[in-house]
Amino acid sequence: MGEFYVEGAGARSAIDRWITNDVSKLYPGRALYSPVCNARGGIVDDVIVYELSAEQYLIVVNAGNIEKDFSWFQKHAHGTAKLRNASSETALLAVQGPKSPDVIRALFDVDLSKLSYYHFTKLNSPFGELLLAQTGYTGETGFELLCAYDQAAPLWKRLFERGKPFGLKPIGFGARDTLRLEARYLLYGRDMTTKTSPLEAGLGWTIGWDKPDFIGKKALLKEREAGVQRRLVGFELKDRGIAREGAKIFANGREVGQVTSGTFSPTLKKSIGLGYVSQKRTRVGQALALDIRSRLVPAEVVKTPFYSGRDKDTKKSKNREA
Amino acid sequence: MNFPSDLKYTKSHEWVRKSEGSAVVGITDYAQHEISDVVYIELPKVGQKVEQGKAVSVVESVKAAFDIYAPVSGVIKKINTLLESDPALINKDPYGKGWFFELTPDRPEQFESLLARDQYEHLIKQEAKG
Repeated sequence: MGEFYVEGAGARSAIDRWITNDVSKLYPGRALYSPVCNARGGIVDDVIVYELSAEQYLIVVNAGNIEKDFSWFQKHAHGTAKLRNASSETALLAVQGPKSPDVIRALFDVDLSKLSYYHFTKLNSPFGELLLAQTGYTGETGFELLCAYDQAAPLWKRLFERGKPFGLKPIGFGARDTLRLEARYLLYGRDMTTKTSPLEAGLGWTIGWDKPDFIGKKALLKEREAGVQRRLVGFELKDRGIAREGAKIFANGREVGQVTSGTFSPTLKKSIGLGYVSQKRTRVGQALALDIRSRLVPAEVVKTPFYSGRDKDTKKSKNREA
Repeated sequence: MNFPSDLKYTKSHEWVRKSEGSAVVGITDYAQHEISDVVYIELPKVGQKVEQGKAVSVVESVKAAFDIYAPVSGVIKKINTLLESDPALINKDPYGKGWFFELTPDRPEQFESLLARDQYEHLIKQEAKG
């Protein structure tokens, strides 16, 4: 990932202009997910903003977009805010899964009951000052640890020493991609690009309509009024196969869209995916046909997320309390 | 990793078990390991004519789709339909229950171009070095 610090008296208002979500939801210790849009309402990136203090913020951006985002923010910098790219000196480790709280507690003296979803805390540790956040990209209960770059290897080693009894394992990109897709977390560059808007992507909840202004507001207001022409939907294949990025989507014999992500869900034992489909064809239950290597495979629009491990954990702990 | 000495191999990681007038084809232990957990397979049709070096089958893992090539030209005689319901057999038993198809070769001289075990093992070592 990429890490930018935004500092100074003008930091808050600068970020409020850069991102679509409403910075007024932030306070020290709170994190906020948001798209960054261009003036046409197209998505430049999706980021998480952490308020460290009233005049100090951390923005975590996609690794593939570090340079693009940094110059975008610089170009649209306004006021007195100072922007610093700390990506090359910062590391991020994500500990995810139902037992992740056990692993974190095995390493650090921290009261996790006080750390809610999308909140973070600073920890003083043998690995220097860490930022521990309850965030992640898997749809599972989980945490992300930000540390200085040179502390990543010793921290990793300790995590696996202490995490062993809980079955801690390193995972690769393939595993992470199935997890995020089951949870309907969008992948930048595939499910969202500068050619798609947050409204089409189903990210309307991340738009601060009441903010006085932000980049892309005008275009998004117009789009909201006119209604979107297409929308990102989740689908499930009714036959065997995997619909991958670029596969054409048909309904009633007409081409109505394109797949942006597809995989076999190991949790559900089903083939699932996301794609942009003409607004008229987005209702749950809509029959689709996907062109997989010139073979038309039947599919159906389904509710998303396909699966949420985090929701399951939350329900379980609520039942325990009750 | 295991590469039986009675089989012939291709540079694209298929194996061939030759017998009188027939050849059984699958993918090697190395290939199944690289592809990782197979979740879906598309097999050729019985009676289909296939040409050496052309894609005839597709294997999908959660990572990506991989083409499988015909090691020699011929006509598909039999396919392993068991793989459609249990594609994991390819990972579990690549040289046995994980076979893909059997074909009747129509140009037997093409077997000369296939690799012996030692040659194939050498090839993999080169690939591993990258």
